[in-house]
Amino acid sequence: MALTEQGKEYVKKELDRYESRLSAIIPALYKVQEEKGWIAKEDIEELSRVMDLPASAIQEVATFYTMFNKKPTGKYHIQVCCNVTCAMKKGRELTDYILKKLDLEEGEVSNDGLFTVSRVECLGSCDTAPVLQVNFDYHENLDEKKVDLLLDQLRK
Amino acid sequence: MAVQYLTEHYDDKDFVSLKGYKAKGGYKDLEKAFKLKPKEIIEMVKASGLRGRGGAGFPTGVKWSFLPDNGEERFLLCNADEGEPGTFKDRLMMEKAPHQLIEGMLISAFAINSKKSYIYIRGEYEYVAVILEKALKEAYDAGLLGKNILGSGFDHDMDVYRGAGAYICGEETGMISSLEGLKGQPKLKPPFPAIKGYLGKPTIVNNVETLAAVKYVIRDGVDAFRKYGTEKSAGTKLFSVSGDVQKPGNYEVPLGYPLKDLIEKECGGLLPGRKLKAVIPGGSSAPVLNAEEAYRATMDYECLAEMGSMLGSGAVIIIDDSNCMVDLLHVILHFYHHESCGQCTPCREGTGWIEKLSRKIVSGSGRLQDIDLLDKVAQNMKGRTICALSDAAALPTISFVAKFRDEFEFFVREGRSKVKGNIYAQSAH
Ligand SMILES: Cc1cc2nc3c(=O)[nH]c(=O)nc-3n(C[C@H](O)[C@H](O)[C@H](O)COP(=O)(O)O)c2cc1C
Ligand code: SF4
Ligand code: FES
Repeated sequence: MALTEQGKEYVKKELDRYESRLSAIIPALYKVQEEKGWIAKEDIEELSRVMDLPASAIQEVATFYTMFNKKPTGKYHIQVCCNVTCAMKKGRELTDYILKKLDLEEGEVSNDGLFTVSRVECLGSCDTAPVLQVNFDYHENLDEKKVDLLLDQLRK
Repeated sequence: MAVQYLTEHYDDKDFVSLKGYKAKGGYKDLEKAFKLKPKEIIEMVKASGLRGRGGAGFPTGVKWSFLPDNGEERFLLCNADEGEPGTFKDRLMMEKAPHQLIEGMLISAFAINSKKSYIYIRGEYEYVAVILEKALKEAYDAGLLGKNILGSGFDHDMDVYRGAGAYICGEETGMISSLEGLKGQPKLKPPFPAIKGYLGKPTIVNNVETLAAVKYVIRDGVDAFRKYGTEKSAGTKLFSVSGDVQKPGNYEVPLGYPLKDLIEKECGGLLPGRKLKAVIPGGSSAPVLNAEEAYRATMDYECLAEMGSMLGSGAVIIIDDSNCMVDLLHVILHFYHHESCGQCTPCREGTGWIEKLSRKIVSGSGRLQDIDLLDKVAQNMKGRTICALSDAAALPTISFVAKFRDEFEFFVREGRSKVKGNIYAQSAH
């Protein structure tokens, strides 16, 4: 079961919100991800039934956009910017540090289910580089110490 | 000197709310616009010289006048995808002044006779989307959106749509595909969106800053708007300055402002003991300037074009002598390869190839021929594709190689960066 009853209600409303019913696919995928953290093949099939849209159309959208997790993802998705300014400000070294500290490979889930780390492109916060997002929350002007603190807080 | 024109009230915490916005004269310019004829507004925007702030710098009023006069339903789309690396000004504008954007959009919608608009915002800006939604609700509750707005007889609905992580959805036709519920792949132009856009209907796509600026053309009139800027680059512009300066951030200055002053006066200069090496003046798609060029550049469309670069989105990345240009080009090319939507062969294959070549060099196993090849492949990626992403990868490549060839050659000869202490570039990744 991908969606809660509430989730289904939301998706049905979205279908009437835009000129084309297809425009509800992105919001629907966000809803699935909000409720269970990632989007599996079964979720797409269920969305196809709920939305009365071809699974292929939903699959295509799910694959195209990087913010949709197509694999199980930790409760906290740590997305570290490694684009130009963040790279200049040691964002890549910071990513390596986080991965090492959590003993993780990029894209994997930690054993406690808490963390997934990904490298991402510019987050539109280059004046406070290096930057990362935990799910949707920004953490800025980072260094190893701040990252240690952040991870400790998230573990609590 | 930095100015506070569009950003005048951004320090005021209440400006984000309808009440605070109205306290500063908000929505008065919408009332003013309703007393004008739509055609008059378009003429004013044309005469103001306002050019698109999203990247291409196309004259806004001219774009609007491309709409066909055939009674078809029209759409207005606000491009808030802000994906160009280095850019973070639209985020500030929407976060501090959502109603300024809504008012600018309403005036624009009235001018082009559109009854429906969307703000397409990148998915990562979730908290900003929430701010916008709250502002839209306030506007609906106050009769500023919906039917018969302020008794004008003009109806308009506005909504927010979230992207989901794809740089290509910032390209206007990619954005339209995305909003239509498809993969965000760009479409061949012509037909341009003004003729056949969202759902095949005439559509105007404008950047956040462009639409907000429309309000000021109406508020102050053409001449007052033109008080800032140059003949060909009218008005002020927000520049997102990042990288190796003391005070990175968003700065509003008149177009035509010297880049040297932007670095030294607004941003407090370089970091202690460092020398300027390069500046990317308009987002990572813009060809790089060397220090000598940067120090004589003015921030307007014409000067940067003359220097072979572009004003782009207004993202100014300051690069000092502690950075390795070979490494930075590799970072940039990794991005474009990742973001190519894959429809066009020169872009799909080309971005992959130049990324690989740059990786080869940066990992110490490049050959001298690879430097020429990098340039040659990039040359062949220009102007042959559906959208400008291919050029956006090619142009930086060509400029990096041409202006910093010594660093590329050093890397090939010595197998390491010319810049001392540039550890990441040396450890192949
Ligand atoms: C690959 C690519 C990415 C783009 N990304 C953005 C963007 O994030 N925001 C934006 O406003 N324009 C972006 N543009 C430019 C848009 O296609 C379009 O020109 C612009 O939104 C028009 O608005 P304006 O005339 O007000 O600038 C991009 C263009 C390309 C080719
Ligand atoms: S140029 Fe690249 S990004 Fe643009 S449509 Fe072609 S393949 Fe896609
Ligand atoms: S480069 Fe990292 S936020 Fe822009």
